[in-house]
Parts: sequence; structure tokens; C-alpha cells
Amino acid sequence: MKAKSPLEIYKLLPQKNCGECGFDTCMSFAAHLLDRSAKPTQCKPLVEQAKKDEKAKKKLQQIEELIAPEIAEVVIGRGEHAVKIGGEDVLHRHELTFYNPTAFFYDIPDTLDDKEIDERCSRVVEYKKFYVGKFLTIEGMAVRCVSGDAKRFREVVKRVAGYGRPMILVSLDAKCMRSALEVVGEERPLIYAATEDNWKDFLKLAKEYGVPVVVRSKDLNVLKSLAVTFKKHGVKDIVLDPVTEPVGDGLRGTFERVVQLRRTAMHEDKDVAYPIMVTPISAWVMEGDEIEKAYWESVIAGIFIVKYADVMIFKSLEPWTIMPLVVLRQNIYTDPRVPVQVEPGLRKIGNPDENSPVMITTNFALTYYTVESDLTSAKIDCWLLVLDTGGICVEAAVAGGQFNASGVKKLMEETKIEEKVKHRYLIIPGLAARLKGAIEDETGWKVLVGPIDSGRIKGWLEQNWPPKNGDKP
Amino acid sequence: MKIEDLFKILKKYNVEELEGVKIEGDIEIEIESTGIFPIIQALAQELGMAAYHLARASRILGFPVEQLFTDLVPSPKVPEKKEEVLELVRAEFKPYRVNYPGKINEVQLGATPKEGGTRKYSITVGGERSLPFYLFDAEQKNLPVVTVDVFDRPVPFPKAVREHYEDVMEDPAEWARKVVREFGADMVTVHLISTDPLLDDTPIHEAVKVVEDVLQAVKCPIVVGGSGNKEKDPPLLAKVAEVAEGERVLLASATLDNDWETIANAAKKHNQVVLAWTQLDINAQKTLNRYLLKRAGLPENSLVMDPTTAPLGYGIDYAFSNMERIRISALKGDADLAFPISSGTTNAWGAREAWMKESPISGDTSWGPRELRGPLWEIMTGLTLALAGVDIFMMLHPASVAVLKEVIATLGGKKKGSVDKDWLVVA
Repeated sequence: MKAKSPLEIYKLLPQKNCGECGFDTCMSFAAHLLDRSAKPTQCKPLVEQAKKDEKAKKKLQQIEELIAPEIAEVVIGRGEHAVKIGGEDVLHRHELTFYNPTAFFYDIPDTLDDKEIDERCSRVVEYKKFYVGKFLTIEGMAVRCVSGDAKRFREVVKRVAGYGRPMILVSLDAKCMRSALEVVGEERPLIYAATEDNWKDFLKLAKEYGVPVVVRSKDLNVLKSLAVTFKKHGVKDIVLDPVTEPVGDGLRGTFERVVQLRRTAMHEDKDVAYPIMVTPISAWVMEGDEIEKAYWESVIAGIFIVKYADVMIFKSLEPWTIMPLVVLRQNIYTDPRVPVQVEPGLRKIGNPDENSPVMITTNFALTYYTVESDLTSAKIDCWLLVLDTGGICVEAAVAGGQFNASGVKKLMEETKIEEKVKHRYLIIPGLAARLKGAIEDETGWKVLVGPIDSGRIKGWLEQNWPPKNGDKP
Repeated sequence: MKIEDLFKILKKYNVEELEGVKIEGDIEIEIESTGIFPIIQALAQELGMAAYHLARASRILGFPVEQLFTDLVPSPKVPEKKEEVLELVRAEFKPYRVNYPGKINEVQLGATPKEGGTRKYSITVGGERSLPFYLFDAEQKNLPVVTVDVFDRPVPFPKAVREHYEDVMEDPAEWARKVVREFGADMVTVHLISTDPLLDDTPIHEAVKVVEDVLQAVKCPIVVGGSGNKEKDPPLLAKVAEVAEGERVLLASATLDNDWETIANAAKKHNQVVLAWTQLDINAQKTLNRYLLKRAGLPENSLVMDPTTAPLGYGIDYAFSNMERIRISALKGDADLAFPISSGTTNAWGAREAWMKESPISGDTSWGPRELRGPLWEIMTGLTLALAGVDIFMMLHPASVAVLKEVIATLGGKKKGSVDKDWLVVA
């Protein structure tokens, strides 16, 4: 963004510290605008004033310009499932954060029969992977005209649109594209793609239907020329496809083009400051069996999730290829400024009573949510102690000393766990096994070493709970 | 009238290209739904004349002109305004160039007989002047390498891994041979985990025999790791340094809370390399590096860093950004961090997604066969960190090793050729 200090923004605010934006002072609000954790429209006095007063309106615009991200933001689709891509401000996530995660679209060739189409669409719509307290999902469908038949393409596009997810329409033939847009133009699909050969027709379509458009060329001069031309004619929602070549020098070249585009856009060249498309599906032109291709598709995706792709098209809908990619995307786009911790303390899982087991884990959000959801999924009633390890996982906290016996004792005292249960057994994570003796000495409780992974807690409890020897201290 | 004449007429009205009018061949002139106003009437007249003349000429030549006219019903709608002329605005893309002042130190692992060791070849890592694989900024002459894990006692591996090592688990030398011969390992890592007082508590003098066996069994450079016990690792690694005199073994690891000085001194004395391990903390890494270099006097060409690999899904965001920051700081000129980076990529197998048979969480889409997702989890962990600047990958599964090596060679510019076919036409 253009603004480098909150002062530049503060100057344009009312400076009344009214607090209506949710922050105590205009300066604090300006700081939040700068790190993109607030929106200018939260300043109600300025918004109200802008309705009547040209000067205020201009100020609001100036603020918008000052905080506009370096890379343009483009919205695909409408309604609750609309997905925003681009909008990035940095080349390295530690410099601030990455904002809009790479959007995943899955190939639906129009040569499939309706049953196959429904099956693929259902897979996209239904995909879920639990991670740190919520389910990760995938975004939409890329309907591809392979038949060359405008009527068939239109039929399939209409069918896929029924799933209510954002879409990419894939055809270099303007007639086919028009035919599809006639039925889904209102839904803001991303149209793929304008090339050096067909751009005039695609420019017309993008303008006529007000849809975002991909410009495509391996030659970055041509790619930039297309973007400049579209912008000149009033098309703002542009996505750049520098063409993904799947192997060898082709893939190396793709890497170079993608990095150069983004880096140059961040530094000086606003004519290429648009979201970037990468197509891991390109892996499927290689020789090899399905598994090799799916692996290589994942590899291409991995490279470009880390390096700057804002939207991708995939073929494989196998869960074992989707899972590592949705998790990688989640990790890379996590805001490094936000600590991933939960409150330490005592949690009730299900309806525990005085005979229920007591377990302990760390306050690293990922560990906590994993344990919590494992216990809930397995329908276990228990008490869960959450130890403050500064947001570090069990293994590292044991090695680093944040998970230690005196910390455990303190937590047990603070939460008054001994008043809640009659027994004196504490189940510790398998990865903390080496602390067994120390915790027993410190707390006087008997320590049972649980499984290394809480996903196995159910079977473990069946074997080990209630404790058989019954030697109550 | 000829086509050229038609364009002349159009030019008169300042239109270079006629939208909505398609001209095919010599005589077939067809007007689509929209035409050009205000020229359309004049044009229609001209076209009519042209068609008339052409038709007459054609009929004379025996061409059945009437058929052409049956569906030629020019009824152009009147457009609102003149269409803009469409020309591609030619622009030049000038890539932004980056030149870093710093350079990563080069570190040689392994030594040939000429160099005072017994290895068949040595490997040099480091030497980067740019971000990983940014070959357009600077040449990257030493690409990252893969060293495969060998343990000095059987370990409880996940099923997908176990099936590849079952036959050699009792024999570390045979195990080492297998990973080099069959799995394409550039190097071998011998983990002396049996020395852990909580495991077998193997005495040091006995444990180092495994190192000697492995040095006999394979001719590649090796890494030797301890058990992670902070009391026992330093004397163990010092002994390893002694028995592997001059081999430029990578000793894993010196840490801030073990006796790093003992390890560094042994490395200096016996010509080995030290791995400096810290936990996801750039400042701790800087401190440990300074201790090893300044206090223990370890040469700059004998230090490799392990800033910790948290695997995909379990903190890789920290590991990635930590390594990326370390590498960028080094390239910008921070000499304390200008060393090759090693990653314990095998940690990926700690993720339940890599080894568990199925998701324990109700609501999850099925995870799919673990034989396929396990190696992919290791690959993704490795390739992500490759892009942060890792030079040495410590890995486990043969498929992961093969794929990651392919990725490195490809991005490193060692794989020529490409496939010309476009995915748009894939069935």
C-alpha cells in the first residue's frame, strides 16, 4: 500500500476521537487501517459527511487510495460463496501477512456425462478437513469446454451453476464463452482466457457482462500488453496467467515468470499488479500413470501456493491430494502476527463427573483443537487441563521446558481439579512420557502415559480406564 | 468493387475495422446482427452494388449465385454509437532485478582420499547469492541435497515407511547401503538413538562402531546424530569426530543447552562439520552461531544450521518464515546467519495426516489411502522449506526422496525440455 505511516491517514480523518469506529482514537484507527485490520467505512462521521460534502468524499477516496493493496483484489462469484483473490501487499509473509488464500477450482470438462459432472461437483461442495477449530473447504468449479459445442458447454455450465459455487469458465472460443455467459453472466464467473488471438472478443464479453477475465500469455510483454489494453478499455478485474508448463525447463520458466510478475508488481510496475493464476492441472499432459500425475499436480500446486499464485485449477479430486494442499494454504496464509494460542485452564468435554478421566494438553491452538475434537468425536466425557506452554506443541514444549512438572502442579491448583474428581489419576500425552516421574513427585497424583496421538485415545481408554490396580494414593 | 475499395469507403468514415461484418472469400458478404451507423446506409448501397457486380460476374462464369442469396437477409439493427477501434497497446515488461550483497558460506561435506578422508565424493552446499531457485537473479551452483535416515536400532515406523526398511532394520550398514543404492540418497544420516539413557543406553565406545561400519558400507558423505540427550550427545559426537578423522562428517547437533564447545572443538581437531540446532528462533540461531564461531573458533566453512522443521500442518508456517528470514538476513549481509540450512523433513511423519489410517474426526472427508498421502506429506514439507532456503534435507520415505530430488533438479535448472501440449485439450 501507498501509506507508510498512520500519520498520513490520520491527517484525513475527523480527528475527534469519537470512538464510533470501535477504536479509542483516530490515530489508533489509522494504525488499524494501515495494517488492514479495519476498513475506512468504519469511520461513520466521515462516511456521513461524504454523502453531503464533496471535500469529505474526496478525503474518503484518498484514504481508500492510500491503503489500497499493492496487488488488485478480484472477486469471483456472488453471494456467500464469493471468493476474493489478490490483494497482497508483501512478497514475504513475515513482512506483514498474506491476505487472500489461493482459491482452488476443480476441472469439470463438458465432455463428462451428467452423472460424472454431479459426482465431481459434489466432491468439491462436500470437501471438509477439520483444522485448528474449523473446517477447511475448497472453493469452486472450472467448467471447461472440450466439446467445442457451444450448446453443450452452456448446458454444463448451467448444471454446475446449480451448486451455487463460484465458477471459472474455460474456453478460448468467444462463441462458446458467450453462450455460457448468457446463462451465468450474472453470477460473476471468471472467464478464461483472453489471448493475443481472441482478446477483442473477450474484451467485449468482459465489458458486456461485467465479469472478471484472465489474460493469458507465456510472453510477459504480451501478457502486460493485454492487461494494459483491458484496463484502458475499462476492465479492472483482471487475472494474469503466465501459462503453467508442467515439467523441466518449462516448469522452471513458469516459476521465473510467476516470481518476476509478482516481484515487479510489488516494486514498480502497476500494470502487472493483478492476481496470478497457476494451473497445476497442466501436470496431466505429462506421460505417466494417474498417481504420478496427481503427485506432480500437487507438487506444482505446492510450489505456487508458497510463491504467489492467487487462483488455481486442479484436476485431481482425490482427498489425499486435496488435504496437504488445503493445509499448506492455510499455513502459508495464517497471519503471523496473531498468536495461535488458546486460554489455558480447565475444559469440560462432554458431561464429566467425579469419576471421569483427567487429561492434560498444551495451549497451542492446533494441539488443543485437535485433542478437543478427537475427544468429542469419540464421545468421551472427561476433564481436559490446558497448560500454558506459550503456544508451543507438546513435543517442543517438553524439549524446551515449557511443559514441566511445576507448571502442571500450578495449573492443577488453580483449576481446583482435585475438588472435581474423586480419583487421583492424570493422563499425560505420550510425547510427554519422560515427565511421568517428575509430575508424580510434584503433584502426588499417579500419572498414566496416554497415546502419542489423541486420535487413539478411545482405544487407549478402553484398555486403561478405569485404572485396574486401583492403588489410590 | 473490390475489397480494397470497401476499406476505402470505411476509412472515409474513420473506421478501420468493421465490427459485425464478416467477409469471407471474394463474394460472400454477410452482415451480422449489428452494423455500423451512420455509415450503414451508404455502406449497404455500396455492398449491394458490389454484390450485384460480383454476382453478375460470377453468373457469367457459371457460378450458381442465386443459392448464396437465399438466406442473405440484411436487416441490420441501428447501433447507438460508433464503436471504438481496438488495438493492442504494446507494453514492455521489465523484470525488477535484485542483487544481494551477501553470500552464504560454502561448506564441504565428506572428504575424498586426496582431501584426507575416504569418501568417493564430497558434496558442497551453500554459496547462494539469491533466494532459492531464483536463477534469474544469480547462478546457484550447489543445489540442495538429500540425506536419508538410518537408525542404530529398529524404530516403530508408520506402515508406509516400514515396508521399505523391514529387511534392514537390524543392520545399520546394510540399511545405509540400501538407501544409497536403491533410493538415490546423496548422503546418509546415522542416528545413534540407542545411546539414549532412556532407551538402550549404549555406551559411547560401542555406539561409534556403527559409524565405522557405515563408513565402510557406503562411500558417500555422512551425517551422524546423537539421541538428543544433552549430557551424552557432546561426548558421543566428540568420539564420532575422532573415529571418523578427516571425513567431514556433519555432527548433529550442537545446541545452546548442551556442551556445544566440546562438539565444536572436536570438529575443529578432526576436520568435521557442526550442525547448530535451535528451536524456531532466529535470535537464538544467531547467538549459537556466534558462540561456535567466535568462542569455539569453528571455521566458517564448517557450520550448518538447523533452525527446526515443524512439519506441514504442525507449525510449518513458523519454520518457513523463520528460515526465510534467516536466509534473507544473510543475503542482506548478516554474516552470523550466512550458513547452509538443514531440515529434518522426516518430522513430517509425526503428523497424523501422514500415518493414521483414517481421520479420527467425525465430519472430515475421508483422508484417502495413507500409502499415498504419507509420502506426499513429507514431499510438501520438504518443498515448502526448499523455497525458504534449505540446503540439506534429512528424509525418510523413498518416494518422497525421489520426488523432492526431481523438484530440486527442475527448479535448479538441471532438467531440460518441456511438454508442449496444452492442458486445455486434455480429456
